[in-house]
Amino acid sequence: MSLWEYANPVKFISTTDKVLPWIWVLAAGCLATGLIWGFFFTPDDFRMGSTVKIIYIHVPSALMAINAWLMMLVASLIWIVRRHHVSALAARAAAPVGAVMTVIALVTGAFWGQPMWGTWWEWDPRLTSFLILFLFYLGYIALWEAIENDDTAADLTSILCLVGSVFAILSRYAVNFWNQGLHQGATFSLDREENISDVFWYPAVISMLGFALLFVALVFLRTQTEIRARRTRALLAREGQA
Amino acid sequence: MRDLMLAFRAGGGFGLGLAFFLIVTVLVPFGVGPQTDLLSRIAPGILWIGALLACLLSLDRILALDWEDGSLDLLATAPLPMESIVTIKALAHWITTGLPLVLAAPVLGVLLNLPGPAYQWVLISLAVGTPALSVIGTFGAALTVGLKRGGLLMSLLVLPLYVPTLIFGAEVARRGADGLSVQTPLMLLAGISFGVIALLPFASAAVLKINLR
Repeated sequence: MSLWEYANPVKFISTTDKVLPWIWVLAAGCLATGLIWGFFFTPDDFRMGSTVKIIYIHVPSALMAINAWLMMLVASLIWIVRRHHVSALAARAAAPVGAVMTVIALVTGAFWGQPMWGTWWEWDPRLTSFLILFLFYLGYIALWEAIENDDTAADLTSILCLVGSVFAILSRYAVNFWNQGLHQGATFSLDREENISDVFWYPAVISMLGFALLFVALVFLRTQTEIRARRTRALLAREGQA
Repeated sequence: MRDLMLAFRAGGGFGLGLAFFLIVTVLVPFGVGPQTDLLSRIAPGILWIGALLACLLSLDRILALDWEDGSLDLLATAPLPMESIVTIKALAHWITTGLPLVLAAPVLGVLLNLPGPAYQWVLISLAVGTPALSVIGTFGAALTVGLKRGGLLMSLLVLPLYVPTLIFGAEVARRGADGLSVQTPLMLLAGISFGVIALLPFASAAVLKINLR
């Protein structure tokens, strides 16, 4: 029994089929608990008022936006090294989900920033690097869409993912440098253990867990879809020959 | 082989990047108004962005022509490793596009009322940064070489990769204009350039091999 067994598409589909409903239920449960608890049963922050409650969407989505890219990086590496098709398809499946998470993080951040900082957008290092991350997602998805041959597309996108990761990290630090060098950053440090009391902490963690499970469920589902779509195409091609 | 490619390139599009650079710099005052103090403040950034766009515009020439007439396949079967072919391609691109841009930047700086001390730093930062633009661009060109409508996609892929180079390059020019110390961003910019030149050809070569398969 090893992890690589799931590189077999049949095995992958049968296992995820069994697990998927549970993950959906768990994700929905966690999200519902976390969000409802967060929205209705936590006190307002004494400085930020009720706007603090957007944190239960903002922080988990931002977390998953980065983790989705990490997952794509790992999947790309697996594809390059061991050439398991499921891995390449999982990376492909994760990209739009990650892009949407990035958008959610940016938009909720804007909604939060408007009353708090008095502006929808600030060229703060964090905001800027998230925007750049979003651009990377767009490029990655566009490259997948543009290339017809599946294996070529998988190869090229996985290398793009590797190179892009290096440049994303570079950008993160470059942006940090750029803004501090110019004007004071709109500092927004949220050091959890110190700044946030348990009242906010527990629903936030549950909500993060919910977002993570939702991501896993979506990636499983989309990977299954990709596998089945590819199988259908292969069948159709065989029909055409015969 | 290097000379061959340079001659090959000198035929078409040599001045095109330069002309584009000129147009961008001329258009900016129309867009933001002719106030000289405003222009001189944004001049270093404009020069950098203009150079970057001019560089981007000429990227698809790096490999597309060779791809179309099949000489890329010939080069691939040549005894030279793909990595060095890619590096030489990037070098050729830099000599035909990057270097003229570097040299033209101070002239265009006059149009934008670039402050006095900034001239040398714009020149230096572009000289250090444009090789990185060429090498990164070659990677983008290698990624999209087989595609019919690769140009737009390549811009989408390459521009985010240009972010760190642009940030440090423009920072050098801006600090130079303000008379501040430029050492840190200049060293970081040089670090990016050298790192990219050393490592990215491997990725470009791998990508090109996949595309030629």
